[in-house]
Amino acid sequence: MRKNFARLVSLLFVFVFALSACGTPATEAPPAETEAPATDAPATEAVTEAPAEPFVFGMLLVGPYNDGGWSQAHYDAGLYVEEKTGAKMIYLDKVNPADRPGTTPDQLAEELVAQGAKLVIFNSDDMKDASTTFAKANPDVYVIMASGDQVWPDGKAYQEIPNLMNIMGRMEYGKMIAGCAAALSSTTGKIGYLGPLINDETRRLTASAYLGAKYCHEKAGKTTDLEFKVTWIGFWFHIPGFTTDPVDVSKDFYTTGFDVVISGIDNSVNLPEAKKLTDEGTPSLAVAYDYINACDAAPEVCLGVPFFNWGPDYLAAIQSAADGSWESQFIWSGPDWSDLNNHDTSAIGFVKGDALSAENVAILDEFIAELAAGLDLWTGPINLQDGTPYLADGEVASDQQVWYLPQLLEGMQGLSASE
Amino acid sequence: MLKSRFSGLLFQIIALALSFGVVSLILISIDASPTEAFRNMFKGSFGEMRKFAEVLVAFVPLLLVTAGLLVTFSAGLWNIGVEGQVVLGAIATTWVYRYFLESDLPPALIITLAILGGMIGGAIWAAFTGILKVFGGVNEIFGGLGLNFVATALTIYLIFGPWKRPGVASMSGTVPFPDEFSLPLLANLRISPWALGIALIAIIIVFFLLQGTYFGLKLKAVGKNFRAAYLLGIPTWQYAMYSFLICGALAGLAGAMQVAAVYHRLIPSISSGYGYLGLMVAMLINYQAIWAIPVALFFAALNIGSIQLPIVMKLDSSLSGVLQGVLVLFALLVEGARQKFIKKGQNT
Repeated sequence: MRKNFARLVSLLFVFVFALSACGTPATEAPPAETEAPATDAPATEAVTEAPAEPFVFGMLLVGPYNDGGWSQAHYDAGLYVEEKTGAKMIYLDKVNPADRPGTTPDQLAEELVAQGAKLVIFNSDDMKDASTTFAKANPDVYVIMASGDQVWPDGKAYQEIPNLMNIMGRMEYGKMIAGCAAALSSTTGKIGYLGPLINDETRRLTASAYLGAKYCHEKAGKTTDLEFKVTWIGFWFHIPGFTTDPVDVSKDFYTTGFDVVISGIDNSVNLPEAKKLTDEGTPSLAVAYDYINACDAAPEVCLGVPFFNWGPDYLAAIQSAADGSWESQFIWSGPDWSDLNNHDTSAIGFVKGDALSAENVAILDEFIAELAAGLDLWTGPINLQDGTPYLADGEVASDQQVWYLPQLLEGMQGLSASE
Repeated sequence: MLKSRFSGLLFQIIALALSFGVVSLILISIDASPTEAFRNMFKGSFGEMRKFAEVLVAFVPLLLVTAGLLVTFSAGLWNIGVEGQVVLGAIATTWVYRYFLESDLPPALIITLAILGGMIGGAIWAAFTGILKVFGGVNEIFGGLGLNFVATALTIYLIFGPWKRPGVASMSGTVPFPDEFSLPLLANLRISPWALGIALIAIIIVFFLLQGTYFGLKLKAVGKNFRAAYLLGIPTWQYAMYSFLICGALAGLAGAMQVAAVYHRLIPSISSGYGYLGLMVAMLINYQAIWAIPVALFFAALNIGSIQLPIVMKLDSSLSGVLQGVLVLFALLVEGARQKFIKKGQNT
């Protein structure tokens, strides 16, 4: 009796699926979304070749496209490229092990290619292996691996992959400014840093924030002792069950005398927490990260946000892919010092927040001007966290020394490597 | 008999219609076209060879897990811990691979050892649930669930601790193994015919074990009535343990496939939820082995096909999970209603 239960159910599945597959496309739905699957329309394409097909580029985002942080900065850059060139973006967000179990980024990249993408952007360090695999398996598809170093000839992991490009902004400057703003505004001299996971990138950025904080702490003649502590949550954002909750980490900082917390993760969840605690009577300030409008979450406690502006570099790379002048290269773009927040020229920028006092704005502007004039905080003497000399007196760090910083710096609290 | 068969058909059509109806309503409520969504999911899973290969990649562990669960369900046991058993299979496989990383043994032998290691790992983890149940009186649902959490924690500990990449701990997992440690894949596709073959053999063995052997019969006797089986002289607790061991070994095999044929390393979510999904498949097929293949394939197709939803229609791909869950709920609900209906008919 019950034996046929499954048989019928499964047969019906097939039936219904076949029906929905054969059925005509929904009449009222805009058909534009699914146009031109590249595979099965060579004949019509040949006939209607005249209007130039827009160049389609795909983007794999590690977090939600509207995360108010790292992924949104990429997504907005995609919109920027669309606007500037008429190219068309397709994207898939939440590409991470927790949100899309059973898939791999290279597999998902192929889905984008199946939808017509001729170039795919992998937006996270987490997708580095997958981007290499994908680029090698699909030599006719252009690949941009953001934040990676695979095709840096001077890098430690150099591989020759002609269809792959690395793009990254010199966020070290943004973090120095962030650290400066934090040190200027802290009344306790204790600064917390919300770290994601420990790798080369996060070490050098955390260290840059520390260098900026230290410089401005001295510059402003603060009487407190500077304390700079990083707590790593384990991933770029909170994944329940897998990472520490960054909101809890922020709260721990704020309630133990760290009155400023700098976000180093893919979003700025320290902001709402700072506002909540401030409202409850614990004055708390926050520095956001990644996304130009990140301060909007809680402007009254926000000291500012160092942000990525991927647009100009993506524009150049996508244009080069479209016109055939593509060149595999490692791009590490700095800010446009003549106009730090210029949308069309500066790879990184810094937006000052409402919580920064007028007096501190003046000092911060002075610091930014010094950086623009050539001040390099990556100048010795600098020791690593365990006391090992890293840069001798007066020695300026090379790009490699900064990129591959092996430990945190002397004076910083927190883990230098995962245990 | 005929009447009951007819009513079965009728009720299952109702269940299916209700499930698709609910999902369609959800879609309509967000101004999306249900036909468009189902069509995209179908195209995304069976539309071309490459996509069908991805479906098979998901099908392999799902079928293995389902095969294992059929054994524990036959013995009347709810092995929720199957998810953790997949994880431990993957961990054990990774451990064997790491152990032989520098060795000169032929890769085929190492792969075989790694897969066997995975089966043993899964079986040992299942044995914990079994021991807790048989000797500790801990219900297997709670024991299994607890051990699932321990398994996840253990994975995270290993990836971020002893097995971390040099200098970097990353959610993207341990350092990938060399290519020769991979089960051979079909050219330009991600599916390993070996993995597929192993999964199909496993379900066939389970089918015959349950349908055609004395062991299977005893197992079912234990499942139907523990006390009566005991009185009839069946060593009941041993049979419960056997079923846990078999299920654990098959779940461990699924984990081994994830490492040896799909990810080539240990990643945090290595089980990909196939354990829980397998439970749904097993419930939906009413614990009959013969239907495991089509239904597991259907569920795998939903998983893979749903990737199209965010890309093409900007919908969330968790819709496939909603459909799967609703389907199981309605199938159970409707089956319950039908039984009631039949009983009522008999009474009057």
